[in-house]
Amino acid sequence: MPKNKVPCKHMEKWCAVLEKNEQYQKFIIYKDKVLALGNDSLEKTIAIAVALCLVCAVLVSFAAVALKPLQIDNKAADMKKNILDVAGLLEEGADINTAFSEKIEAKIVDLETGDYVENINADEFDQRKAAKDPAQSVAIPKEKDIAHIRVKAKYAKVFLVKEAGVTKSIILPMHGYGLWSTLYGFLSLDADGQTVQSINFYDQAETPGLGGEVVNPNWRALWKGKKVYAESDQPSLEKGLITEADIGEPALSLIKGVVDNTKPSAQYQVDGLAGATLTSTGVTNLVRYWMSNEGFAPYLKKVRTVKGVKS
Amino acid sequence: MSAILNDETKKVLTAPLVNDNPITLQVLGICSALAVTSQMSTSLIMALALTLVTAFSSAAISAIRNHIPSSIRIIVQMTIIASLVIVVDQILKAFAYDVSKQLSVFVGLIITNCIVMGRAEGYAMKNPPLESFMDGIGNGLGYSLILIIVAFFRETLGSGKLLGIEVFKLTKDGGWYDPNGLMLLPPSAFFIIGLIIWAVRQWKPGQAEKVEFKIMSIAHGEGGHH
Repeated sequence: MPKNKVPCKHMEKWCAVLEKNEQYQKFIIYKDKVLALGNDSLEKTIAIAVALCLVCAVLVSFAAVALKPLQIDNKAADMKKNILDVAGLLEEGADINTAFSEKIEAKIVDLETGDYVENINADEFDQRKAAKDPAQSVAIPKEKDIAHIRVKAKYAKVFLVKEAGVTKSIILPMHGYGLWSTLYGFLSLDADGQTVQSINFYDQAETPGLGGEVVNPNWRALWKGKKVYAESDQPSLEKGLITEADIGEPALSLIKGVVDNTKPSAQYQVDGLAGATLTSTGVTNLVRYWMSNEGFAPYLKKVRTVKGVKS
Repeated sequence: MSAILNDETKKVLTAPLVNDNPITLQVLGICSALAVTSQMSTSLIMALALTLVTAFSSAAISAIRNHIPSSIRIIVQMTIIASLVIVVDQILKAFAYDVSKQLSVFVGLIITNCIVMGRAEGYAMKNPPLESFMDGIGNGLGYSLILIIVAFFRETLGSGKLLGIEVFKLTKDGGWYDPNGLMLLPPSAFFIIGLIIWAVRQWKPGQAEKVEFKIMSIAHGEGGHH
């Protein structure tokens, strides 16, 4: 067998090993044979396609794996930034990690009972991961799955902003399907568990300029002061606009066009996103889902009672 | 300089800036030029990303050009371009997370940017790697130049800022400048690019396309032939 020299400058030791390797010799002979073939031969076409895919796959996976730790850090920092933002505590130039650890307290809530769970470390709990783990999640019955997420984690990670021991805001995670993507976001409520302070979405891939406007600060500002749950409202009851059963149910929704602020229903309504009906419907559904008994309603009910949430 | 750069290299580097600009003359790569130019910072990153992808993909394609089977030519080009774009996207997510969030899908869309494919097919398939690399850089710079001009007008007129630093004091902050909201919307980039193309073609009339057909005047009657 003719010995093929490995083009070698610095790693003589390795090259010597390669030169002796029979498989490598076979590979070199095959490579020369294929490259000598006509460009339109079937064998060369397939060989080139396979080789190119291998090289590209190695390149892409190397980049993805090598940069993963940095990307995870970025995502974690971005999430903290979004939580501070939805709490209205984001200051330009301030260090996000210190601001977060000083002002925000993470708590784990059992979605079914609405109580705090103390035996799980809130800092390490990842609700998105838990939702994918069959042991930590439950399937959502189809008729109740208005947010189209199929499974939910049994526990949810909520964030509290406290000042001098008094809760100022409750930040609840939400997610649900829009048009193209699952939108992940936070809703920040007053301590009454009813009035919206702010909303933001930190992970979404809706159409930029249309559905992607869910991140627009002007639109997000429209949410401030809106109410989540329908309250007892005598005139509407008499007119038959709502029934007794509706009271206490999530009523907040996006509507088409602009909210008429003279109507009493305006407190439950936010302007829909122009040109993005499906994203708007998705946002309504995900807010309603997470505020319903499937989501945070049991927890928020306990927040409103005098006794508060058990831990 | 001239010792390193031969005439061909010089030509491929400088021609795409004005004389053979991919946006104004070839009218390629318009969609991302509309989408990312509302701010200077996103435009700069996008320009850099596209320049690098064009240069490296052209060089890689050129290096194997004699062995690319013609039946899968376009797929081979796409595979190389797509891999490079994914790498760029991963790098942005690791080192410039905020910008990568703002650019969102447009980094991925570099794959379908006509400039990258156009240079691969039109230049790199026929020329050696170094020239192809320079050609990619040149065309990337031509694209960058237009992006920067458009972003300059859109950000200053649309939000009174440049690279996030205040240039005009806005009326809502007690200043004199009332921002032009249209400038923040994609159509404004159409107007600006249109104006740039018009200006360039006034300056260099050779760039104007020949009229392909004339609309028939009624007076010529039904036959239509002269």
